[in-house]
Amino acid sequence: MQWETVIGLEIHVQLATKTKIFSGASTAFGAAPNTQACAVDLGLPGILPVVNEEAINMAIKFGLGIDAEINRVNVFERKNYFYPDLPKGYQTTQLEKPIVGAGHVDITLADGSTKSIRIHHAHLEEDAGKSLHEGSFNGEHGMSGIDLNRAGTPLIEIVTEPDIRNAEEAVAFAKKLHSIVTTLGICDGDMSQGSMRFDVNVSVRPKGQKEFGTRTETKNLNSFKFMEAAIFKEVERQIDLIEDGGTVIQETRLYNGDTGEARSMRSKEEANDYRYFPCPDLLPVIIDDSRLEKLKAEMPEMPDAKKARFIADFGLSDYDADILSADQGTANYFEATVRASDDAKLSANWIMGELSRSLNQNSIAISASPVTAEMLGGLIKRIKDNTISGKIAKEVFEALWQGECNTADAVIEKKGLKQVTDTGAIEAMIDDVLANNARQVENYRAAEEDKRGKMIGFFVGQCMKASKGKANPGLVNQILKQKLDG
Amino acid sequence: MAIDASGVKKVAKLARLSIDDDAVEVTAATISSILELVDSMQAVDTQGVEPLAHPLDAIQRLRPDQVTEENQREQLQGCAPAVEEGLFLVPRVIE
Repeated sequence: MQWETVIGLEIHVQLATKTKIFSGASTAFGAAPNTQACAVDLGLPGILPVVNEEAINMAIKFGLGIDAEINRVNVFERKNYFYPDLPKGYQTTQLEKPIVGAGHVDITLADGSTKSIRIHHAHLEEDAGKSLHEGSFNGEHGMSGIDLNRAGTPLIEIVTEPDIRNAEEAVAFAKKLHSIVTTLGICDGDMSQGSMRFDVNVSVRPKGQKEFGTRTETKNLNSFKFMEAAIFKEVERQIDLIEDGGTVIQETRLYNGDTGEARSMRSKEEANDYRYFPCPDLLPVIIDDSRLEKLKAEMPEMPDAKKARFIADFGLSDYDADILSADQGTANYFEATVRASDDAKLSANWIMGELSRSLNQNSIAISASPVTAEMLGGLIKRIKDNTISGKIAKEVFEALWQGECNTADAVIEKKGLKQVTDTGAIEAMIDDVLANNARQVENYRAAEEDKRGKMIGFFVGQCMKASKGKANPGLVNQILKQKLDG
Repeated sequence: MAIDASGVKKVAKLARLSIDDDAVEVTAATISSILELVDSMQAVDTQGVEPLAHPLDAIQRLRPDQVTEENQREQLQGCAPAVEEGLFLVPRVIE
């Protein structure tokens, strides 16, 4: 039977505010346990939450970034459940009146087609603390440690419609969302620190069937790779189960990215019954026209618009424009490199090739690259004006990366890498090469015209070797051809 | 609408309240009488009335995004029954 997969995502995005959503405690990552958890975050008696203005602004910006309606009257509600990392006994969240209404995120797939994924809504809420089960305390006493630094960190939870049909679309959507929130500057986008976490709802149905199958939810996936793998695994599990005569039960599942294993979470004895009610400690938050207009004026160029501009202004391919516009850091670096080099295509190639390879190998963000956009632009200039060949340019790049010099010109000067463009010198060198390879010259001259193109590569290689890569390859080709054919 | 003994036990469990077995019946009766009051309120025609989010006719004041609460771990953990390496300790939780 042909099966169709139906996927909906819920994404928790940590907002990049300095302080918690309801308290003035810091949200900085990596602090010692419980040093950034104040009385409000701990839920001590007598506390009163006060809403962080910036969290409201950031949520609105997200809504504006996905063409969504912004709800002007916002009510916070209490979602009641007991867990040690939630000391108040409830999570303050939104239910009936989320700040961001229906919107959409458009994705581009590998075959170049585009698809619009509908967003059901996005609401503001607070994060919980962290439970730690590994430590000296977890000995014979069997204790868990609680760190409440994260408790009260502002989140937006984004809920999609079940519009996603496979893992590729899910990943494309997740990456696009990452690009949107980092461009807006409302999230640092650092997945390794849990700044974006994905819950994946998956079901399968026979192709053509209208009704959805029973879905499962795999929670807390914190990388694109894990999300993709978890979807593949769950789709396969559900299809196998049904084809063997079984039925899928609605449950929450966990996927372990390190082992690649998935399992059902111990099913709770009580079905979730969160007994939501409006939080009496918080008054409605009203978003007025002046706030909305001010935020609209502050909106940056969104990835889709940026991509279109890169194609129109710089003549980039759809693929290149997609990659270079995906995050603010890369886009800024690219534009600065083009300004310095005046060559968009070479800038694009170097950033997506040599630079991103080096950044990935060393796990460095582009904003912290040891080779700045100005340095790379200077290097590209020298490729363009034939001072150096593309091959030597890689050597110069490596020297810049290692911090040997501050400009490409300084590296070229210091290492004597300037390309040989003196025709006389190149001719002499070619004569040498031809004299030393008399047999290959004979073979070449005896060969059919259409084979020669390939055979000349041997001589070019020998010449470049003889010049230690410094001979201008264009000139070498041209003179070689004259000498061999003539 | 009324609530029976099993309903009382379920609600008590959700709220982490301990109710003695011999108090369940009388609690069910008490809660049921409150629900009856809700029933009579349900009879009121509320067509066109906006749900009330808060009894005060006021709007939320917002706070600037500035750190005002510095580290107070020592004081705040003073009343915790068990603490280690800066963490609050609780009986082991398994998800």
